Amino acid sequence: MNRLRAWCLAPTASVLLTLYLAPLAILLLYTLLTRGAYGGTSLPWTIENWQRLLDPLYLVILGRSFAVALVSTLICLLLGFPLALFIARSGPRRHIWLYLVILPFWTSFLVRTYAWMFLLRDTGLINSALLALGIIQEPLPLLYNYGAVILGLVYGYLPFMVLPLYATLERLDPSLLEAAADLGARPWQTIRRVIIPLSLPGIRAGSLLVFIPCLGAYLTPDLLGGGKTILVGTLIQNQFTSARDWPFGAALSLGVMAVVMLLLMSLIRRQDEGVL
Amino acid sequence: MRLLPAYAAAAFLFLHLPLLVLAVFSFNESRFTVWEGFSLRWYRAAFSDAQLIEATWNSLLIGAAATVLATAAGALCAYGLWKRASRWLSASLSLSLVTPEIVMGISLLALFQWAFRFLGVRLGMHTVILAHVMFCLAYVVIVVLARLRTMDRSLEEAALDLGATEWQAFRRVTLPLLAPGVGAAALLAFTISFDDYVITSLVAGVDSETLPMVLYAIARRGANPVVNAISTLIVFGLGLLILIAERLRET
Repeated sequence: MNRLRAWCLAPTASVLLTLYLAPLAILLLYTLLTRGAYGGTSLPWTIENWQRLLDPLYLVILGRSFAVALVSTLICLLLGFPLALFIARSGPRRHIWLYLVILPFWTSFLVRTYAWMFLLRDTGLINSALLALGIIQEPLPLLYNYGAVILGLVYGYLPFMVLPLYATLERLDPSLLEAAADLGARPWQTIRRVIIPLSLPGIRAGSLLVFIPCLGAYLTPDLLGGGKTILVGTLIQNQFTSARDWPFGAALSLGVMAVVMLLLMSLIRRQDEGVL
Repeated sequence: MRLLPAYAAAAFLFLHLPLLVLAVFSFNESRFTVWEGFSLRWYRAAFSDAQLIEATWNSLLIGAAATVLATAAGALCAYGLWKRASRWLSASLSLSLVTPEIVMGISLLALFQWAFRFLGVRLGMHTVILAHVMFCLAYVVIVVLARLRTMDRSLEEAALDLGATEWQAFRRVTLPLLAPGVGAAALLAFTISFDDYVITSLVAGVDSETLPMVLYAIARRGANPVVNAISTLIVFGLGLLILIAERLRET
C-alpha cells in the first residue's frame, strides 16, 4: 500500500523539487551575490541586495503595490459580496449563475485584460462613442493610469472573491435569517449582524485569493498601466531585462514570496485547512 | 435585499459585457471603433497570418504535451494524497498556486540558465512545456482530489477484501469512478496552459513563440482588429472546454 502511494507521489514530488523548489533556491542564492557586468551574477557574497529593499526609492514602489492590491481587494469585496449573496439565495437556478462567474474565472486572462484596452484607449469604444455623441471634444485619458490598472485587477480577480464567498454563504442556515427577521431586525441589520459575521471565513479566503495575485501582478499593470505605473511585478521584470540586476530582482521576488507565504500561513492557521 | 437581483444583473453585465462588445466588434468592417457593417475580414486576416498560425500550433502543441504530463502526474499524486496526506507536498502545491507568475517565471528562467551553463540546454519548446507542467500541476491535483473526496473509500477496500491486488482495485474500481474528474482536470490544465503569457514569455526560445506572446506584442503596439478576432475565437474555444469541464465535474 505504501509502495503504491510512493510511486503515485513520485512524479509530482520530483517536478515540484526540480521545477519549483530548486528554482526558488537558486533565486535565494542569487540574492546573496553581486550583479554581473552584463546581467547574471558574480562573486563576492553580499547582503546588500536585501538592504536595498529598504531603500526609500523601492519602498515607495512596494507601498504603492500594496495600496493598489488593497484597494482592488476592497472593491472586489464590495462588488462580490452582494453578488455571492444573490447566487447563494437564488434557489435551484444558482448553477446557471455560478457558471456565469466560473466562465470568466477560467477564460483567458490576457483576452479579458485586452478587452479593457479595447474599451479604454484613446481610439477605444468609450472615447469613440463619447466623441461621436459630441459629449467630449478630446479623448479622455482612460488608459495607462492607476485607475485602469485597478479596474483591470478588479475585473480579472472578482471571481476569486465571489466563489469562496458563495461557498460560505450557501452553507448559511436560512432559519437564522428568519429568526433575525422574526426578532425585528431590519434587512440591513440582518446583513450586518448575522450574515457578515458568519461569512468571515469566506471573506478572509476571498480577500487573500484576490490580494495575493494583485500584489504580484505583472500583466495588468503592464498592459493597462503602460509604462506609467511601476508596481513591484514590473520592477522585478525590469531587473532581469533592462536593469540587468539579477541579484536585486531575486531579492525583490523572494521578498514578495515571503509576504505571500505569511498571508497564506495566516489563512491556513485560521481556517485550519489548506487550499488543498 | 430587494435590490439584489438588479445589482446581480449589473454585476454580470460588468463581467461579460466587455467580452461581448469585443466579440461584436471583431465582425466590424471598419478598422476603427465605429460600426460600419458586418464583415469577416479580420478573421480572414488572422487565418492568413503565418506568424499567428505558427504561434497557434505552438500553443496547441505545448498545451497538449503539458496537459498530458501534468494530468498524469497530478492525478496520481491526488490518488496518493487521498490514501494518506503529505504535508510538504500539499504545502508546496498550495504555495505554487499563489506564487506570483512573474516570480515563478523568473525562478524558472534562473534554473534554465543553469541548465544552459552546465548542461548546454537551450530555451525552447521543451523548457516552455516543463514550465507549463509545473504551473498546471496544482490545479490538476485540486480538481482530482475534490473528486476523490466525494468517493466512498469502502469501495476500494471491498475490492481488496475480495482478493483484488492494489493495482487491480485502482484500475477496475477507483479509476473508472475518477475518470470524469481527471477529464475535467485535463481540460482546465489545457486552458491554463493555452492562456499563459507571463511565464511563457520568460522561458520561451526563438522557436517557441506562443499565441498569447504574439497577441501581447500586437496589443501593446496599438489598436488592431485582428486581435479582436483572435480573442473572440479564444474566448469561445476555451469557454466551450470549461463548460465541458464543469459538466464532467458534476457527473
